[in-house]
Amino acid sequence: MEQPGIERQSMEVDIACVGFGPAMGGFLTTLSRHLTDESGQPLLESKAMPGMPLQVLCYERADDIAFGVSGVVTRARGIRASFPDLKPEEIPMACEVRSEKTVYLLDPIGASRRGTALRALDALVRPLAGKRMAIELPYTPPFLRKHGGLILSIGQFNQWVGNRLMASGAVQIWPGTPVEKALVEDHRVVGVRLADQGVERDGSPAPGFLPGMDVRASLTVVGDGPVGPVGRQLDEAFGMPEGRRREHWAVGMKMVVELPDGCDLPEGTVVHTFGFPEPEIFGFLYVMPGRLASLGVFVPSFLDSPVRTTYRYLQHWMRHPYLWRWLEGGTMRSWGAKTLAEYGKQGEPFLVGDGYARIGEGSGSTNVLTGSGVDEAWTTGVQLAEGVVELLRKGQPFTRENLAAEYERRRRESWVESEGRVAEHARDGFTRGFLTGLIGMGLTGLTGGRWHPKAVRKPMPTLEEYCKGRLGADEIARLRREAAEKGVPLHDLVLDALGWPKIQYDGKLLVSHQDALLLGGKVQAPAGFADHVVFLYPNLCDECSPQLCVEICSGQAITPNPEGGRPLFDREKCVHCGACLWNCPTPTPEGASNVSFRAGAGGLHSAEN
Amino acid sequence: MSNGYHIVVCGSLVPDPLQTLEPVTTPDGPGLKNESMLPSVLDPWAAHALYEAAHLAKSVPGSKVWLVSLGPKAKLQQLMMAVAQKASFEFVAVDGSASGFTDSFETAHALAKAIEAIAGLDRQRLLLFGGCSSASRDAGTTVGMVGALLGIEEQFLAVDEIVPNDDGSFRVKERIEGAQYLVSECAGTPAVLAWATGNLPEPPNNPQVGMANMRTILPALAKAEAAGNLRGSLRFESVETPTQRRETRVVKDAGIDEIAQELAEWIRG
Repeated sequence: MEQPGIERQSMEVDIACVGFGPAMGGFLTTLSRHLTDESGQPLLESKAMPGMPLQVLCYERADDIAFGVSGVVTRARGIRASFPDLKPEEIPMACEVRSEKTVYLLDPIGASRRGTALRALDALVRPLAGKRMAIELPYTPPFLRKHGGLILSIGQFNQWVGNRLMASGAVQIWPGTPVEKALVEDHRVVGVRLADQGVERDGSPAPGFLPGMDVRASLTVVGDGPVGPVGRQLDEAFGMPEGRRREHWAVGMKMVVELPDGCDLPEGTVVHTFGFPEPEIFGFLYVMPGRLASLGVFVPSFLDSPVRTTYRYLQHWMRHPYLWRWLEGGTMRSWGAKTLAEYGKQGEPFLVGDGYARIGEGSGSTNVLTGSGVDEAWTTGVQLAEGVVELLRKGQPFTRENLAAEYERRRRESWVESEGRVAEHARDGFTRGFLTGLIGMGLTGLTGGRWHPKAVRKPMPTLEEYCKGRLGADEIARLRREAAEKGVPLHDLVLDALGWPKIQYDGKLLVSHQDALLLGGKVQAPAGFADHVVFLYPNLCDECSPQLCVEICSGQAITPNPEGGRPLFDREKCVHCGACLWNCPTPTPEGASNVSFRAGAGGLHSAEN
Repeated sequence: MSNGYHIVVCGSLVPDPLQTLEPVTTPDGPGLKNESMLPSVLDPWAAHALYEAAHLAKSVPGSKVWLVSLGPKAKLQQLMMAVAQKASFEFVAVDGSASGFTDSFETAHALAKAIEAIAGLDRQRLLLFGGCSSASRDAGTTVGMVGALLGIEEQFLAVDEIVPNDDGSFRVKERIEGAQYLVSECAGTPAVLAWATGNLPEPPNNPQVGMANMRTILPALAKAEAAGNLRGSLRFESVETPTQRRETRVVKDAGIDEIAQELAEWIRG
């Protein structure tokens, strides 16, 4: 938040980096190898601090570099290129992919929203599904295969990479330090401003106020993910390239589960599901060493439910008989959620500009056909580092042209680009319906991206429209009243009314949402930071119902306001998934989301996700 | 005080208590399951000591702070990412186990040896800070033994406050039994202060402080000496973590008395 008249400390570095994830891991790993010789002596001198080695600082919002979240199965081409001798056992919770299954889950409950065509298909295949109500596809298309790749815990992978980096001494990584914004002067990025500390919830100075420092750098590397405030600020400041837009998103929610004794799933097993709890919701289960499984679901933006929720759907998904035979008796060890940039290449921003470059998921690197993002993100970081080293060696400045020649060119010539182009429209068909989407995705993959259905833009239906034929207007009105009286989101009440059974908690794996937050996510919010979720125009919230930010909130941090209007936000429950940002259905007069999702510290505190 | 204090803070890491911690028996004795993958935090008592040291050093010109940490080198390195922006200090690392399943005397001996080797440390101006206790194993004896090995006789073992006087003496407020304080006047350094809670909040992250600290952290890690056998003749019969029980109910607008009553009944079982 801009505080007029405040004196800020400033310091000069050579390269300032925003966000420590796989993309930044790739960037810093590659860069650090070129910064010192074999004896550890610096090869490149700092311009910011003459006489010193190149000063490279990376600021990460989360309290530790191990607190990322993702369900990772990857071919690991880029990662293995960086670590040719990599043995999976070096990284905790990592192993090789040994078997893959793609499974269509039928609805054993009868509450799922399925169209006529899908119901007909279900009836056709039902005799083949058996008592587990599932059909294992006999064939996994090549574009989906990850055989020989890696299953990873992103938290453990980031920790492993970060510790190697810190041991090199070539770069510094500072967790617990959110970056508020990029410093932009004359259309050039000249560094970053860190978030103020010692402030009240509204950002006003409190005792112990420490204004966020300005870190000025000749190059700012932005890798703060799909909802990172710096990346979004650059999108606003410099616009998006023509034809690029960000329409497809998803909430990914996962658990790490200790599988029960007697579970016979071998390490390295990869299971991908679709069809249940709603047809549009994809699921994954990856078996790690030590009888652990990483599992979860993706709730996409094209699931056009105005009360869409992830946690409840995750529980119904786990309870599906195909999966429950393995999971019953298991114990949740960890839990988390994040936004996924399902737009992929479609939402690619300007990759470079004067003084800055963008890498990773927020730069549109995710491949939405293969369902792969970590390796692509890593590789974009490597490509940028190679370009940066080249410019440093030549003594050339970090201008848009130079970065385009040395980084963007490398990216355009790589597999990340060619495969990203194939995948660009892979998800468009889902805007027309589940079956069209599924066929479109398959054809996109099998034709190398030459054929895909065209996307359509549809407004979010009202709750009455969504429930048409299943719940009457009177019933919906009653549910609205009940939710308002109880001060709770609508989704549970609506799902109950639609026939979804209540979840019977077992206290181990099936636990309340708040218990998942506390026992699995270990969510924390360090004191002294402002609220990072702010509703810009309260009057827009007055008119918004159901408030989708409340419904989708992964941590139940956003709740209905008993007095109506602007929802309440509890920073101590926020997992920083950013789903509120892109789920807000009431745009501001400026055309932006009415939810301002800003830089904030804390969030998930589990090292196992 | 004319020349300032030389404050040495003994403090190391403990596993982040928010992670899933499971005791196991390893070939080297008790340990935690998957300990290598657990992030660590600065022992909260040591953290109090460090923040108090930094505050004292700021208020008494000419003072300097060292942080002496005994822990696995790789873990100390990760810990420094979280700690080094909090307070200015020069880092001294000793590579060894910080599991808590070590002999206090052996640990104290390794720390004293590292402190004795600090170049430029004036032992006559020394304030030895540490935690009065530890989150890894609550023996509460280590820092006192470090002081004894360094020949420091003035020892205060549950400190909440230190107030320096102009003549080099200082007043120390210590916790004693019965929710009372013992206030002592100490003629001067050297002295041992083992901190209870202190009065200072966790400082904000200051990037400039982090940058400055990093100049000593990486060399200190590179030259960290191995502490050797810290277990001595200790043998552990059994190890367990406290059992946890958790029940969640959502109750709005409950009164304080009602909450207290329910807690009391819950504790009584």
